[in-house]
Order: sequence, then C-alpha cells, then structure tokens
Amino acid sequence: MTELQAGRTSESLGVPHTGAQSLRSRYRDLLIALIAFIVLALLPLLTSSKALPDFVIRCSAFGLFATSLNLLVGYTGMISFGHGMFFGLGAYCFGLIMQKTGASIPVAFLATMAITAIVAVIIGAICVRLKEIYFAFVTLAFQMLIHSTILSWVSLTGGDQGLRGGIPRPAFLGIDLSNQIHLYITSLALLVIGLLVMRQIAQSPFGYTLRMIRDNAGRASFIGINVWRVKLTIFVLAALFAAVGGVIMSLFVSGAYPEFAYWTISGEGIFINMLGGITTFLGPMVGTVLLLILNDTVTRMTEYYGIVLGVVILFFAIGLRKGLMDFVVEWYAQRRRSGEGF
Amino acid sequence: MLQIRALSKSFGGVRATDNVTLDFAHSSLTAVIGPNGAGKSTFFNLITGALKPDAGQILLDGVDIAGHSPPDIVRHGIGRAFQVASVFPSMTVQETLFAAVGAHQRRAGVLRRRFPLVETRDRAEHVMDLLGLAGKRKRIAATLSHGDQKLLDIALALVLDPKVLLLDEPTAGMGPEERWRMIAKVRELWEMQKITVVFIEHDMDIVFKVAPTIVVLCYGRILATGTPDTIRNNAAVIEAYLGSEQRAGAEA
Repeated sequence: MTELQAGRTSESLGVPHTGAQSLRSRYRDLLIALIAFIVLALLPLLTSSKALPDFVIRCSAFGLFATSLNLLVGYTGMISFGHGMFFGLGAYCFGLIMQKTGASIPVAFLATMAITAIVAVIIGAICVRLKEIYFAFVTLAFQMLIHSTILSWVSLTGGDQGLRGGIPRPAFLGIDLSNQIHLYITSLALLVIGLLVMRQIAQSPFGYTLRMIRDNAGRASFIGINVWRVKLTIFVLAALFAAVGGVIMSLFVSGAYPEFAYWTISGEGIFINMLGGITTFLGPMVGTVLLLILNDTVTRMTEYYGIVLGVVILFFAIGLRKGLMDFVVEWYAQRRRSGEGF
Repeated sequence: MLQIRALSKSFGGVRATDNVTLDFAHSSLTAVIGPNGAGKSTFFNLITGALKPDAGQILLDGVDIAGHSPPDIVRHGIGRAFQVASVFPSMTVQETLFAAVGAHQRRAGVLRRRFPLVETRDRAEHVMDLLGLAGKRKRIAATLSHGDQKLLDIALALVLDPKVLLLDEPTAGMGPEERWRMIAKVRELWEMQKITVVFIEHDMDIVFKVAPTIVVLCYGRILATGTPDTIRNNAAVIEAYLGSEQRAGAEA
C-alpha cells in the first residue's frame, strides 16, 4: 500500500493524522496568542486612561496564577487550597532579591524561579501522596506556615508592613519597568508566553497523563505510570507559573505584602476557576477577567463586597453548576448538534 | 514463565492466600475458579503489586517481582484487567489507547510535543482492531456499554504488550450471550497473541469448555490443578465447590 492510500483509508475511518494535526493545533495556538498580544499591546494607544493598562497587568498576574491552579484542579484533579503560597513566594523572593542584592531583573527572576522550584519540590513531596481532602488541607497548612513566617520574620520581610520602600527596577536590555508602558508590555508578554507554555503542557502527552490520573489514578499505575512522580512534576510546574504571577504583582505594586501569601489568594484562585470553568484551557483566564471586573465595580458601589461575591458564586455553583466557559462550550456544542439536525 | 512460590497473604487472622505454589507455562490459558472468598482476586492483586505478599516469591522468567510496585510489575510484562471495568471515563477510546501506548513507550512525560504521538498510533490501531473497538474510537469511555468498557479495559492491558495477561472475571456483569462472545474474544486473543493468559471465571460451563488448564482455589489454598476432566472428577473439588453449589441449586 502506498502512503497516499494509507492516508485515504485511515481518513475514511476517522483516524487522526497525528503528525499534521498536532502541528496545526500548535500553529493555531501560536497564532491566537500572537493576535491577542498585538491587540492588547496596542490598547494603550487607543485610550489615555491609566486604568485599563493597570487592569490588564493585574489580569496577567492573576490569570497566570489561576490558569496554573487549573493545571492541578482541572487537569490532574488535585484540589490545592494552598496554591497562593507560590504567588506570595514569587512576589517576596523577587522583591527581596531586588532590594537586598541589586541584581538585574532577569537574574532575580531566574533566582525566584529556582527558589520556588526547590520549595515546591519539598512541599509537593510531602503533599502529593495525600488523597483529595487531605491534600487540600495540608497544602492550606503550608500556605499558613509561609504566611506566618512572613509575618514573624520582621527583619527580613518587614512583617505585616510588607516590603516597603519600593522595589528597584533597573533597566535591562532597553526595558525600563519603572515606565508604565514597558511594564505593561512586559506583563503582557509574560502572560502570553506563560499561557502558551501551559497550553503546551496541557496538550502534550504529559497533559494526557494528567487527565488519566484525574480520571483513574489506580488504573494509570497499572499501565506503568508512576503517579507520584507525575503529580509532583505538575505541582512544581504549576508553582512556577504562580510565582511568575507573583513577580508581576510585586513589580506592579513595587512591593510585596503578606496578603499576597494569605490563604484568601488561594481562595480567589479557586473562585476564579469556578467562575470561568475548569474544563476549558481559557476558562480560568475568563474567570480572572470576570472576578477583577466584579471586584472593581462592586467595591466602588458598595462596602458589602463579600455579599455580592457570595451571591455570584452561588449563582455559578448552584444555578449554572459550572463555570462560564463550560457553559458557553456546552451551549455551542448543543447548538451545532441541533443545527445538524435540520 | 510465571512461577509462584509459597505465596502467602493474611488479613488479620484470615489467610487469603495460603502457601500457594503454581507454574503457568509459556503461552498457556488458565482459568482460576473457586467459591466466593476463595482468594482469587487477592491472588491477582498479589501478582500485580496491588497488595504486598507476606511471604513467597513471584518469578517472571526467573526474576522475583514479589512486593514491587504496580508500575514496576507492569514494566516487567504483567498486564491486568479488572473485575469492574477500570477505564478513564472522560477520555475517548482512541485517546485512552494512544495515551496507554505512550506510557508503555515511556513517553508519558513528554512535554515538548503534542498529543497524540505518531509513534503510538500503530500499536493503538492494532489493539483497537483486535478488540473490535475501532468503530467506537471517538466515543467517550463513560458512554460505552458495559461490555465495551470491559473490552477497553483489556485493551489497556494489551497495548502494553504483556507476557502475562491477568483477567479478573472478564465476563462479570454480562448476560449469557455476551459472556460467550467475550470469552470467545479472550480465547481468540490468547491464540493470536501467544501470551500467557490467566482468567478468573464463575461460570462453570465456560471454564470447562474454554480453559485447557484449571486451578481451583479454596480458602486461599490450591485445591486442585489440571485439565477440565481431572478437575471434574476430583473428589475434593466436587465436595468443596461443585457439590455445594449443586446442593444449593437443588434446594432453590
């Protein structure tokens, strides 16, 4: 049989052209990312307001954090209540290195990633063996441990005052992060690259190993997968992206505060995932935008921020029973199916 | 091939597997039977590493694998399917098999390429064809019929190209007709793949017709081994197993 014939017969059976198809999906992701980057990068030209770029920078920080949490929650079925500790760790590590050593920003960034990886390996090695609720609570316990360490180690962290006096932002490679536009473009680039890399993780063979573990970890071990090692790997990878979010946040506010490492950050991550939905890759990103819009508008209108947020989460959890993106995807699939019927 | 030497396992005071010594010849087809609670599933769980034996050896081609972890034992070449079909509910048939072949090829951790990998395709296609799942490749596992889920479970074991295939009640939960189709499939796989197959089965008709060798377990011990004829005429077996069942049947 010639190659052409082989291709044709397999097509009639609906066999995917594994090679070509995966290449195409990769280019598609790259194209979407590039367009999103260009559109968002041009945004400051359209408006003179500072609020919009600030909003996008915050979206970058929380979007990376929430999407990385979804790698654990949605893809692997590991519900971490302590993912925020790596957000805080990233912010503090980066801020401290910049303040204390006067290193250049790329060096401080890489050092932050290295420290986060080491901490995540240690915490992950203890946590990932635990099942569901125990995993959730032990990660939460580590979050509280890191938070109280930050509070009590006043000589290093400034305690409840946080890292004050601003974070020095020396220019590198012509990028000056004390310039608002430079910071905006850099955050955006980190967001887009971070999302692309996480998308690649999710669609790689490793990403499907995660899905197998989520669905049925016992069966996965009986086809030769070392479940513990896979869980630890994704725990550390997710921690790194959360730390990038923390770095963006510390650059944005030019400091780091204990709230960045408090459990409520983890709670917001879970909340964002519930809002946006965990069955699509971009669900958490949509959730981030939703939460930040809610946050900004509601706090402006009322002091009862918590109540409004509570009502919204009840609507999604009990009313829709899924996140917004899950809802949209299902609605679209249903429409297409009924469309085929006519 | 697969040799079990003085294998024992207790739960509290109960000896679920009691000093079992058995040889499974290369390319043999063996049925394991026994009344409920005879220790059949425990026996499988010990071989596959789901449970750690208290004592004894499990030799696969002379290598002792007793007490190793499940992934490690799988890598030595022992695949298993479960009594209750154990599949990945949210994945389609072909995703499941592409991923399983990838795991077998030690590519489960590949990060830089996209799923599915080209090199996993042939093996996955081959196994889908073998088990008649090719037409249902796009179906999500959770939506498959019970019988197809059992087949997918067996497919998951087969993609690993095992030397020994352990099937824990491949016909569990099936109607009479489906049972025979399933067992015919198992026999066909055994004949075509030339692997060592051991299966647990409750239906005596099936066991005596299909299996060239039968092992009878009772209270964790081997009561008898041999061909269907020797088992059928074994006094101990009739007393312990068939006898009681026939009596129960007569009472009902």
